[in-house]
Amino acid sequence: MNGDASGQGDVLVAVDDVYKHFPIKQGIVFKKEIGRVHAVDGVDLQVRRGETLGIVGESGCGKSTLARCITGLHQVTAGRILFEGDDITRLGRAGLKAFRRDVQMIFQDPYGSLNPRRRVGSIIGDPFAVHSIAGGAERKRRVQELMELVGLNPEHYNRFPAEFSGGQRQRIGVARALALKPKLIVCDEPVSALDVSIQAQVINLLKDLQDELGLTYVFIAHDLSVVRYVSDRVAVMYLGKVAEAAEAEVLYGRPRHPYTAALLSAASIADPDEAERAERIVLTGDVPSPIEPPSGCRFHPRCPKAADRCVREDPPLVPREGDPPDHVTACHFPVEPGERLAHKHAAIAQVSTQPELPEAEE
Amino acid sequence: MSLLEVTDLRVSFSTPDGVVRAVRGVSFEVDRGRTLGIVGESGSGKSVSTQTLMGLTPGATVSGRALFEGADLLTAGERRMRRIRGAEIGMIFQDPLSSLHPLYRVGRQIEEMIRAHEPDTGRDAARRRAVEMLGTVGIPQPARRAEEYPHQFSGGMRQRAMIAMALALNPKLIIADEPTTALDATVQAQILDLMRRLQREYDTALIMITHDLGVIADMADDVLVMYGGKAAEKARRRPLYYRPHHPYTKGLLQSTPSAAAGADRLRPIPGQPPSLIDIPSGCVFHPRCEYVMDRCVTDEPVLDPVTGDDDPTHVSACWLPLEALGLGEDAERLRRRAVEEGRVRARPAAAARGGAPEASGAVDATADGGDGGDTGAADRDGPAEGEDDGGTRGDGGAA
Repeated sequence: MNGDASGQGDVLVAVDDVYKHFPIKQGIVFKKEIGRVHAVDGVDLQVRRGETLGIVGESGCGKSTLARCITGLHQVTAGRILFEGDDITRLGRAGLKAFRRDVQMIFQDPYGSLNPRRRVGSIIGDPFAVHSIAGGAERKRRVQELMELVGLNPEHYNRFPAEFSGGQRQRIGVARALALKPKLIVCDEPVSALDVSIQAQVINLLKDLQDELGLTYVFIAHDLSVVRYVSDRVAVMYLGKVAEAAEAEVLYGRPRHPYTAALLSAASIADPDEAERAERIVLTGDVPSPIEPPSGCRFHPRCPKAADRCVREDPPLVPREGDPPDHVTACHFPVEPGERLAHKHAAIAQVSTQPELPEAEE
Repeated sequence: MSLLEVTDLRVSFSTPDGVVRAVRGVSFEVDRGRTLGIVGESGSGKSVSTQTLMGLTPGATVSGRALFEGADLLTAGERRMRRIRGAEIGMIFQDPLSSLHPLYRVGRQIEEMIRAHEPDTGRDAARRRAVEMLGTVGIPQPARRAEEYPHQFSGGMRQRAMIAMALALNPKLIIADEPTTALDATVQAQILDLMRRLQREYDTALIMITHDLGVIADMADDVLVMYGGKAAEKARRRPLYYRPHHPYTKGLLQSTPSAAAGADRLRPIPGQPPSLIDIPSGCVFHPRCEYVMDRCVTDEPVLDPVTGDDDPTHVSACWLPLEALGLGEDAERLRRRAVEEGRVRARPAAAARGGAPEASGAVDATADGGDGGDTGAADRDGPAEGEDDGGTRGDGGAA
């Protein structure tokens, strides 16, 4: 958005080689660990003050887990997360409480994230109660200010969530997140449960609030066009790792990682001519299990460009030849401009990810 | 004659809150080898209309006609419907996990469906066909996967299994209700690709119901846009995207980020979808429409052919001049002039809004919704549509 697009800016959050594994246990008395879900597996990312960082990826790629690590809702398995220079993975109780004033979250489900038996005013006022700020009439005044800010009628202070539509409930969630004037808001699929026309209302609201209050967003979504629309920079995740990160226009215009290229080509475009012109890179198979991720580059079983090296060596996330320094790609053989992948199939096939599709007749 | 011809379909449900008029006179048709896309938001009636065709809306009051190969589906008895469902008309639903039985193996479920419709087919033959279908829809090692349960399949695999089941008896028509909404982008591309390929191969007619204009842009030959239980606009695919007439179609396109690419700002439709119990008077879209005129509040528009378009099937239910097509400036001028002439009663707020259309931002837009529709049906008991409308406009204009 209108954040610091000039280049580096100042870094609000630095995610430094973060891992989050969930153990899988078996047994009733002696719980034995029989495996681990590698949800986030070595991620480096930076969020600059005032910008929107979009994170895209398919279900199971670890984007929501990463978001929860950044907000301190998950303990990381390894690695550091620096918020304004302080490592939040090592904060004590008091430090965490202060940190949690600065970071807020907006959730996907406007139905599940609001307590149906509490009045809207008290839901939005919760952050004040938790942090013992402003009581009584002062709290009510501030809640009503917030309601007005997000476009809700302040007179509806005493209503219940069920009396609001989906889009308005999402506004309640936004008001609650804004209550403590946070520095960072993590939005986890904030509009995917909403109808198109309402979705646009909420997106515009988030943009306006950012301009007005100088907020920083981490914006997670699976809808690529929504992410492109709101983000300054975008990171693409695949199986717990960042595949590629760059400025939004650069990433969408000239993707280097074959997975990014495939993902972008798969996005539906609401324009018949462009949809026909678009060359689809159809990936075969499904995302492999994060319990035993593939060796080397995790994308190699589905990648049209994979070679032997990709099976052995995990490519580092670095700028590739000809790219600006903040465009990083984890690929040994990045996509060259003008290269067409549409008619290639995975070079190194795994049985389980190579279904035999009948050939098109064309 | 088309394979399926639906004429003036009306569906309503009695509820304790009042009669929900979910579908209010919708007509469409679809032919072999063609795809009809039905687009609309939640509550537009798009799913109810097709479910009614299949006899899946028990308790509903239904009127109209739905001729499938010349015979009316709406008056057909339950025995005939059971023969048609699955064998003649296949269905694919949004959520494959709740459409597959969790306790039966996937292969067995397809096998049973074949045997239910073709009692002469032996168990082994049915099994072979089930496995073959699973292979056709791209499930690897189909013989082994047929022995697995639905929970052992991934989301994309389950949707493939649903498609295999829908196609197993080679139906003439397939109704797909949001078939890819629950899937990731790359899997969605695979499934749409598969559906297109199979449709071509079997020359099936397809009705594709979705809220996603992107899916329709890719798949449909004809598009029907529904709003508030009625058809707002109907056209072939290209005219609908490039020369829309109805302000709702235009609004949908302008609030879709991928269609509005390059636009510096999305232009959402203000307000909320209407209640189907207390339906707005006149045009059902008028409380949210930026081109509202006096007659929109009182007279209900009918589907009229637009003029100046090379698509003879292009019809739109809107009182704006029928030559005001598209998103361009000429059309916009035509619309503005018509609105000026059409507003006889003094509407200072509305006029102010017309002068500065850009001013209606998101925040203000919900102020609209907040007044008009936040409390849903309970609050909409006032019949004072005109006044309500005036108030809503006023908020938007004050922006």
